[in-house]
Amino acid sequence: MFLWVGMNVRNTELLPKQGPALIAANHNSHMDTLALLSLFPIKQLKQVRAVAAADYFLANPIMRFIALELIGILPIERTPKDRTSDPVSKINEALDAGQILIFFPEGTRGDPEQLSRFKKGLARLAELRPQMPVIPVFLYGFGKVLPKGSFLPVPFFCDVFVGEALSSFETRSKTMAEFESSLEALSSRVSAPDWQ
Amino acid sequence: MNIASDLSPALTSTIVTLWFALAAVSLFVYLKTKGQSGSELRARTITWWVILGLITIVLLLGTIATLILFGLISFLALKEYLSMIPTRRADRSVLLWAYLAIPVQYYLIAIQWYGVFIIFVPVYLFLFLPAVMVLRGETEGFLRAAGTLHWGIMLCVFAISHAAYLLEGLPAETNALRSVGGELLVFLLVITAMNDVLQYTSGKLFGRRLFGDRKLAPSVSPNKTWEGFLGGLIGTAILAVVLNIFLTPFSWQHALVLGAILSTAGLFGDLVMSALKRDLGLKDTGNVLPGHGGILDRIDSLIFTAPLFVHLVRYMYF
Repeated sequence: MFLWVGMNVRNTELLPKQGPALIAANHNSHMDTLALLSLFPIKQLKQVRAVAAADYFLANPIMRFIALELIGILPIERTPKDRTSDPVSKINEALDAGQILIFFPEGTRGDPEQLSRFKKGLARLAELRPQMPVIPVFLYGFGKVLPKGSFLPVPFFCDVFVGEALSSFETRSKTMAEFESSLEALSSRVSAPDWQ
Repeated sequence: MNIASDLSPALTSTIVTLWFALAAVSLFVYLKTKGQSGSELRARTITWWVILGLITIVLLLGTIATLILFGLISFLALKEYLSMIPTRRADRSVLLWAYLAIPVQYYLIAIQWYGVFIIFVPVYLFLFLPAVMVLRGETEGFLRAAGTLHWGIMLCVFAISHAAYLLEGLPAETNALRSVGGELLVFLLVITAMNDVLQYTSGKLFGRRLFGDRKLAPSVSPNKTWEGFLGGLIGTAILAVVLNIFLTPFSWQHALVLGAILSTAGLFGDLVMSALKRDLGLKDTGNVLPGHGGILDRIDSLIFTAPLFVHLVRYMYF
């Protein structure tokens, strides 16, 4: 599959070697999760899980099998009324177990290759664990390969930029501002041609 | 068509010579860059080992393996091209059709159907892809999308497939010469690659000595000098004559002229890719090949030399 797509990864050495840790990336495609998982050695893969929406990924049996058994997502309920368990405590459990969680603070894939507004769940988690590394990652091109609503992946070279861990978690808005500027700085290193 | 091939003694000795030459260059580079880790020159040399290794392996395995390797090169080149130019979201399926042209083009070589091989991209794809595009219905940016896509397929698929065509495509029965597909391919690749090196070195050695500040193509590639081009031209022509003595069966006059033409074509391939990168504001076309940049940075001169070489040889000898 990665011959079909092709990735250029910059600064893999900044990825966490062990959990608990958070990887926070922009989100445009189902490929994003696969791309991020592929950055880790096979031995470590069991420890890396993507936090994903239960209402979407557990909706039908096929999706459920792929999401839970093959990818190993950590399903959380997005709207409070569906909740059977507290998402924060579920995530906390995983982090306590030393897992590395993949987080998409945009909450959804949205328009291809466009950044939408970030939700603040990331900052909430970081606040609870100030010692935990939170690594911003900027992904480019996967939204062209497989945008929302498409099924056939079209080959394009994609870029993955790993950033420095976020440093301070004093207030939520400060954390999110640092995350945003970090992604912006990483994205400015991509030469992205027009795509509409 | 054979699955595994025995290489002729001439071809074998040429490839062995290339390995020794690369080993000598590598030793030189190693000693010169000792102590500097992450040197570009070093990465470039290592990449050459991979390239020469792959070519040796596929030549030993035979035609099918060689066609697969060149098909893969076309695929990576086209992917690189489509990743760096602006494309339209509406054309996603059109791009998939374009990728599908690669196996078809190389299959046509495998079954030695020259008549269709030579018109499949310039005629049939030329008509088919815009037809698919109009069915998608997006008219904004249509001309740019149709034009840039076809140009890319011509470069990455049509032109490059000519190199692979040499291997099995030229008809052996009507051959005025022996059947020399592998020899012709290696001749083309060595001449094209060495021309890049010779133009670069003679540019470094003699640059601006004869023509002063009159550059070859100042706005496209400011580092190219007339001295570099002419030195490369003479060097490549001589190399072609020398290589021809034991590898290929041309007359020495033909080899000399072929060397000169390929040298000029190689320069233009290089310049065209530079112009494209300048237009898009890029330094390299990608970073698949450490020390070289992208696949297109490596094969830019081959895009121009391969079709010319095939058609000149066909005209003169078949």
